[in-house]
Amino acid sequence: MDSIAFQGLIGLSLAMYLWLISAGLTIIFGVLRIVNFAHGSLFMVGAYLAYTCYGQLGLPFGLALLLSLLGTGLLGFVMERGFLRHIYGIDEAYQLLLTFGFILILDDAVKMIWGGVFKIPPIPAFLDGAWRVFGRPFPVYNTFIIAVGFAVAGGLWVLFEKTWWGRTVRATTSDREMANAIGINVPRVFSGVFVFGSMLAALGGALGTPVRVVAPGIGAAMIIQAFIITVIGGLGNLKGAFVSSLIVGIVSAYGTLFFPVFELFFIFVIMAVVLLVRPQGLFAR
Amino acid sequence: MGDRASRRLAVFTGLLVLGLFLLPLVAGQYPLYLTIQILILSVFSLGFNLLFGYTGLLSFGQAGFFAVGAYGCAKILLVAPNLLLGLAGGVGAAGAAALVLGILSVRHTRIYFSMLTLAFGMMIYSIAWKWRDVTGGDDGLVGIPRAPIEIPGFLSLSLATMERYYYVVLVLSLLAMLLMYRLVRSPLGLTLQAIRDSEARAEFAGVPVRTYRLIAFTIAGLYAGLAGALLPPLENTVTPPIAHWSTSAEPVLATLMGGIHTFGGPIVGAFLFFMLKDIIVRFTENWLIWLGAIVVTLVMGFRGGVVSIFAERFLAGGDAPARPEAT
Repeated sequence: MDSIAFQGLIGLSLAMYLWLISAGLTIIFGVLRIVNFAHGSLFMVGAYLAYTCYGQLGLPFGLALLLSLLGTGLLGFVMERGFLRHIYGIDEAYQLLLTFGFILILDDAVKMIWGGVFKIPPIPAFLDGAWRVFGRPFPVYNTFIIAVGFAVAGGLWVLFEKTWWGRTVRATTSDREMANAIGINVPRVFSGVFVFGSMLAALGGALGTPVRVVAPGIGAAMIIQAFIITVIGGLGNLKGAFVSSLIVGIVSAYGTLFFPVFELFFIFVIMAVVLLVRPQGLFAR
Repeated sequence: MGDRASRRLAVFTGLLVLGLFLLPLVAGQYPLYLTIQILILSVFSLGFNLLFGYTGLLSFGQAGFFAVGAYGCAKILLVAPNLLLGLAGGVGAAGAAALVLGILSVRHTRIYFSMLTLAFGMMIYSIAWKWRDVTGGDDGLVGIPRAPIEIPGFLSLSLATMERYYYVVLVLSLLAMLLMYRLVRSPLGLTLQAIRDSEARAEFAGVPVRTYRLIAFTIAGLYAGLAGALLPPLENTVTPPIAHWSTSAEPVLATLMGGIHTFGGPIVGAFLFFMLKDIIVRFTENWLIWLGAIVVTLVMGFRGGVVSIFAERFLAGGDAPARPEAT
């Protein structure tokens, strides 16, 4: 019984990585009406940058996080300003194709720069160790991840509901042309949101660096799960993304416990059921 | 398209097919191998473009069905060495997989559909990796024979040489192409294009839109399965990377390069794809980064593809109606 509750806690920390990546995906879609297929690659780039700053250069963990966020944000800026911006007007299939092209480029670029081997730096000293939870040692680091995940959720709520920027973004989301007409600089909002979403993905990747393996395939694994979360929760809905991240994280934790080979399979089953019963997603407006 | 232009195109196609049949007389092993690969990708891409160019559904998961075809064919050939059984099994398995996943996928269109197909494609990829007992895991399946074509009491044709297998692939690919050519001009094909151009109008005209999308999805899966099933007898092995999304990118790129608005675009694109790949891999092993760069370049600047440029210059207009580009 205890081990079941304990596994739920493991699932909760897994859910937080998924939440960070799907939050970025959701926010970008909400405003730009684009699903960034390369969002998982941004997660991966964030992880590698954090690895280089923290694991290779030996910078303090917090500084490494910051640099990884800035670097990935810059990459997001280039993707939006340099490419996506120029094709907003055309059929959305081409926007998907473009971001699909980015995946291929970033995955291979990472292999060229960092090599194909798995990397895993040590956990920073102040977050190392474990509590005893349900009679078992539960890593402090996982507790930290869970705290960050909830803090980001709270922070996003405050950002979108209580701040001027959040209101500007919401106005742009609900009516692009009207926002433009009342003097909101829509292109700048687009860039800002894309960079912000990229940084959320990078935060997930960077935070995972000391505990998850950093390898070229991690972006792919994450984006698939983020898509499943999006389908379950409903596209463009932050609350839906949060709740379905929890569902997917916890289900895959139990899946790993009971059926180690096919943990992903259960998530696909959940997705299939949602598609059949409520194709617009559980939390669609 | 004018009479003269279509006659010119017919003559060109005829000469090309004749040339393909005569190729083994002059070409060595490697050009034949490369041509087989081009034919396989042509079939794969034609199926993809039935979904994308004709039905308006962009799938990023076609490698999944390609892999089901390849693994299905390989499993059968290892037990029962008869190419006909292997191909039929591979194509059938891929069609069944496409039908089941299609029922789920076509509940959505546009962005959702693309996300779903990518996710399902990667589900098949992870099955290929992890279901060791059946797929051999990361080792894949090895020692797959290039089995003879056998019809008991009637025909037994050994395919040991590359030339003979080349003819098998050539004939099957041409048949598949011909069938697709007829299909896109049939009432079914026209209905799919009507759905692409205006879902609402098709629906008001009494077309069961979702059923038609499912049919298109299944046919695309069958084509991916045929392409996949033709691969193991050529390579003698099957490994999980053929289910990866970078394999899904191949028909996407070939179709984009050739042009989505024309029937022949994916075939021309498949040819260009392998020419480019053959050149690029001489200089670098990081082939995907170039693949990505080409996709980005095509999307940014050349959305019509090579064939539409050719068609505009020489043939005065393509034959498939253009996909409407929203403003």
